[in-house]
Formats: sequence, C-alpha cells, structure tokens
Amino acid sequence: MDLTIFLASVLAAAPPVLFAVLGETITEKAGVINLSLDGTILLTAMAGFAVALHTGSVVPGILAAMLVGALVAGIVALASLTLRLPQVATGFVLTLLTRDLAYVLGNPYVRVPGPQVPHTPVPLLAEWPVVGKILFDQDPLVYLSLVAIVLVWVFMFKTRPGLMLQGLGEQPAAAYARGAEVVRMRYLYTLLGGALVGLGGAAFSLLVAPGWARQKFEGIGWIALAIVIFGNWHPLRAALGAYLFVALQTLATTLQSAMPDVPTQVFPTLPFPLMILTLLLVTVSGADWMNRLLARLPPGLRRVLSRTIQMLQTVPPAGLGKVPRRE
Amino acid sequence: MDRQTQDWLLRLMGVGLALLLSALILLALGVSPLEAVVLLFHGALGTPGDLAAVLTAWVPVLLCSAGLLLTYSSGLWNIGIEGQIVMGAVFTTGMLRLVQDLLPPPLALVLGALAGLVGGTLWAVLAGLLRLYGNVSEIFGGLGLNFVAGSLVVYLVTGPWSRPGTGTTSGTIPFPPSLWLPAFPGFAVSPVELALALVALVLVGIALRGTHFGLRLKAIGKNLRSAFLLGVPVNRYLLAAFALCGALAGLAGWILVVGASARHNLFPLISSGYGFLAILVVLLANLNALWVLPISFFFAAISMGSLELVYERQLDSAVGSAIQGLLVLSVLLTQGLQRRLLEKRAGREKARPPTEEEPAAD
Repeated sequence: MDLTIFLASVLAAAPPVLFAVLGETITEKAGVINLSLDGTILLTAMAGFAVALHTGSVVPGILAAMLVGALVAGIVALASLTLRLPQVATGFVLTLLTRDLAYVLGNPYVRVPGPQVPHTPVPLLAEWPVVGKILFDQDPLVYLSLVAIVLVWVFMFKTRPGLMLQGLGEQPAAAYARGAEVVRMRYLYTLLGGALVGLGGAAFSLLVAPGWARQKFEGIGWIALAIVIFGNWHPLRAALGAYLFVALQTLATTLQSAMPDVPTQVFPTLPFPLMILTLLLVTVSGADWMNRLLARLPPGLRRVLSRTIQMLQTVPPAGLGKVPRRE
Repeated sequence: MDRQTQDWLLRLMGVGLALLLSALILLALGVSPLEAVVLLFHGALGTPGDLAAVLTAWVPVLLCSAGLLLTYSSGLWNIGIEGQIVMGAVFTTGMLRLVQDLLPPPLALVLGALAGLVGGTLWAVLAGLLRLYGNVSEIFGGLGLNFVAGSLVVYLVTGPWSRPGTGTTSGTIPFPPSLWLPAFPGFAVSPVELALALVALVLVGIALRGTHFGLRLKAIGKNLRSAFLLGVPVNRYLLAAFALCGALAGLAGWILVVGASARHNLFPLISSGYGFLAILVVLLANLNALWVLPISFFFAAISMGSLELVYERQLDSAVGSAIQGLLVLSVLLTQGLQRRLLEKRAGREKARPPTEEEPAAD
C-alpha cells in the first residue's frame, strides 16, 4: 500500500481514540480514574449522532456529546471526590450503565443515515505533495485532534496551571498545602477529560464510522484506558500509542483481505491480546522472574534488553485513585 | 430526626432515585412507567414457566456472585468473570463432544462439570498470573481475556465445531436430552442446579466468616502490605481466590450448557452478561453472603421480566440491565452520602487531623 495513503488514513481514523486518550490522560494526571470510558464513548457517540440528526448539523451533535461526556465524568467526580466511594466501583457500574443507556435510548437511531463531518482540505496546503496529502487533506476533527495534542502538551509542561495539575496527581496533600484547591481542580480536570472523551465519541459516530448501531464501538474504551498506561500519562507518548494502535488496526484490515485463510474472527480480537502483552511489557520490570531471566543472558544482550525494558516502564501518578481527607 | 430514621430515609431515597430515573427513561421511549412495572412483574412471575426462567437465570448469577465474594473481599476486581464462564462452557462442550458416545450420560455430565471447572479456573488463573507476576491490572487482563474467550467461541462455532453444512453463529449441535440436567416434574429447573448454587454460596459464606482462609483473604483486601508484613503468603492467597472464583464461574458455564432450561449447546455470548450482573450483585451486597441471595434473585427477575417489556414495546434488550445499573449506581451514591453524613457527625464531636490520606479503593 502507498505509504502516503496509509499515513493519511491512519490520521483520519485516529481522532476518536486520540481524544479519548488525551481526555483520560488529563483526568488521571489529576489523580482521578474515569473507568467508564468504554460506556461513555458509546453513550456520547449515540447522543452526538442523535442530536446531529435532529438538528441537521454536526456542531450541536459534537457539543451534546461533549456535554454528556462531562456529565458522566461529573458523576465519577462526585462519587470519588465528594462521597469518597472507590473509583473502580462507580467507574465500572457507569461503564455498564452508560453502555446500556446508549443501546436503550439509541434504539430508534439504529442504522438511520445522518449528517457527517465534511471533508475539508485546507486550500493551498493540501496541494503540497506528500505532507499536504497526509496532514491537510482531511476534515476539521482531524486538524483539531492534531492541535489538541500540542495544546495538551504545552498546557501540561509549559504553563503554571499545568504544573499544578501534575502536583494534583502526584502529591495532592502537598498541592493542598501550597494553596491549590485540590478538590475543585480535580473536579475541573475530570469534567474536562470527560468532555474530551465525549468529543472522541462524537468523532466515531459523525466521522470515522458514521451512524449508530449496536456493538459498533464496543471495547475501544478499554483500549483507550490501556493506551493511557502505555503513554505513561504523558500526552505525546499517549498520542503515539493511539496512532500506533490505529495504524495496527488499519494494517489488520488490509491483512484480513490479503489472508482469506485466517478465520475472520481473529482480526477484531487481536487488539485485546495485544493490549495485555503491551501492558505486560510496560509494567513487568521489577518482577523477580524477569530479573532472573535477564541475569542468565549474555552481558551485551542483557544490557540492551534491560535498557529497552527500563525505557518502556511506566509509573502512574503517585496520587492516582487516592482522595485526600480534609475537614 | 434520629439516626436510624435518617438512614432508612436515605436508603429509600436511593431506590426512589433509581425508580425516578428509570421512569424518565421509559417516558422518553414512549412507555408508561406503570405499564412497564406490570409487564416486568408479569414477565418475571406471571406463569410457572416465567418463574422457572427467573430461577434458571438466578443459578449462574448466584454461582458467580459466590466466587466474586472471594475475589472482591481480597480486593480484586475479577472483571474477567465473563470470560471464565465462557471458558467453562467451552471446556464442557469439548468434553461432552468427546465422551457423549463413549460413556453413560451421568458420567459424561460429571466429566463435563469437571472440564467446566478446569476451563474457568485456567482463565482466572491466567488473569491472576498476569496481575501477580506481570503487574498487569486484573481489570485489563480479565477484560482482554473476555474478548479472547468470546472470539474463541465464534471461531469454534463457525469452524471446527460448526453444524455440518452450515457456518452460522447460532451455535453447535444441541446435545441430546440424556445430557440435560433432570428437571423437577412440570417445572423446567433442575434441583441439581439450584442445590449447587446454594451450596456454593453457603460454603463461601462460611469460608469468609469463620475460617482462617477467609479471614486472611479479607485481611489482604483491607491492607495488602500489612498482610504481607504479617507473614500471609499474599500471592498464594490471591491466586487461590482467582482460581476458586474461576472454578465457580466455570461451573456456571457448565450449567449454561447442560441446565434443564439451557439451550444445550455452545453459542456466542453464552455468558449472557451474568458475570457482570454478579459483580453488581456483590457490590450491592457489600460482601454479605446473605444479602446476595435476595439481591441476585431480584436482579434475575428484572433480567427475565424485562424481556416481556422488550417484546411488547419493541425496546432494546438492554433495558433490564439499564434499570439494574441505575439501581446500583443510586444505591452506591446514597451509601456514600450516608457515610459522609456519619463522618460529619463524628467529626463534630471530635476534630480530625487535616491531611490524613486514604486510598479510595476499598
């Protein structure tokens, strides 16, 4: 396959996963796990499509999806930050609930044709050979996704509130002592992250796989959560993970038609063993058996391998999932 | 208002909130909530056949809930339970296909049950090993394995185990009635299923209450590090919790193949969401084995009763589980509120140190 076309199609298919991964990265950076992603993406995809269909325009649809995403995140924040319930419990219940609500409320919209985000090449720039074809012959949500990566990175590492955000997740007690309004800021970033996840959902139903149907996007939220871990809670590495995932998905689709002998069920499942293996790769260092295995290898190979593994290791924000007590 | 009245009011508020939200959703779909209640009730308990269907759904949920009590009390989120049910059904089907023409049916059934136990255990232990020796959270490991198990079934059903001549996903050839669990006369539920599920729950309840094993599991769940420092072989206990939960889920998979009202074959989505439903049950029961009994029955009744609603009003089949989800979420939120109010009351009597940190995960 032509590399230019391949890269352009990866970029075009990436916005849903990318927005979800960026959103969850922000949320978790602030110390809150929004485990409900898999359901939230479904519910926001459905809501975005339904509103776009009724209003006849994609913009209200996208906004509605972001609102729904923020609303679900709001419940996560309320349960965790105000009521101090275990984040995994409410997150998991919300995963199931939002999925079911998406199916129940979305029933009238199944396979109804509706509006889509239009293809919008950037004048002049799109004529640029290769780079123009890849970057500027796309649609608005793709441009927005590229801008979002840069914005999140700049915000997190180059601005004062961004540095505060890192403190929220790493050492909430210290951030509080320094005068940060920990709970309020965590609420804010959880809502913001949820809105971005909602944008991802809308990017599914209004762009990448237009329309609404049962089980169309199921499973992708879990992949996004795993990519956040792979990304080591860093927006650039997370974005890289998202692009890698979409690239593999695109490749698998091509391979599937090229290899008719392999049972077709194999390809849609591949992401999940891959997810497990990737997580294993980025969390395994420090395991005893790994060190013993490495110790048996010849020194040269050992050094290369252990350095690679070290480089891939991820460390979650120290305060992730913890709620500081304050009276 | 005294404390007890307030607590009860809050609990009622939780259920009320769930009912209100459910009613709003039904209204949005153009269904009158009152009519929905009638249909639900009628669908669940209208005829002896309906009750049999509820009991048939209740059994796998009970078995899974019993297993999940073990993992949940040791602080594990065994979200891979769906895949463990599926692997139980896969191993059962494989074993029955192998021995159905060679051995007398009762023996074949027993071997099928053992195979189911092994299948569920293997899948659970795999998630456990990933967690304990690979640092892969059991949530992601289990979830990934669920998808793998689901695809394995689709592959088997359309490939090596397909009905001759067809490659559809409707399932394998049903087993003959000699390989069905014997039902009560005139009531399509097997006493064997009911007895197994109840015994499993009782045993788990006793294990958690009064045995060394159970107390240590709970100690690990409360504080893994202290349990380790106090000399509890943490990894062995956690792996045992995984294995036992997987075994019970595998047994549920066996019942979903051979049960009196089962479809008597292997088909995609055979786990029917019973594993996830059991997670909700255990969350609501809050580790209390006794409470599991009524809650799981109630949820099984909603699951089966809602089918009538789905059928009569052409709704999506997820309507039952949406109501269950709303119920669990509302109850969790009101429980949290209750605990916060309690803390506030205690706080007024005695001020707390300002920045003590506590993990949110129970």
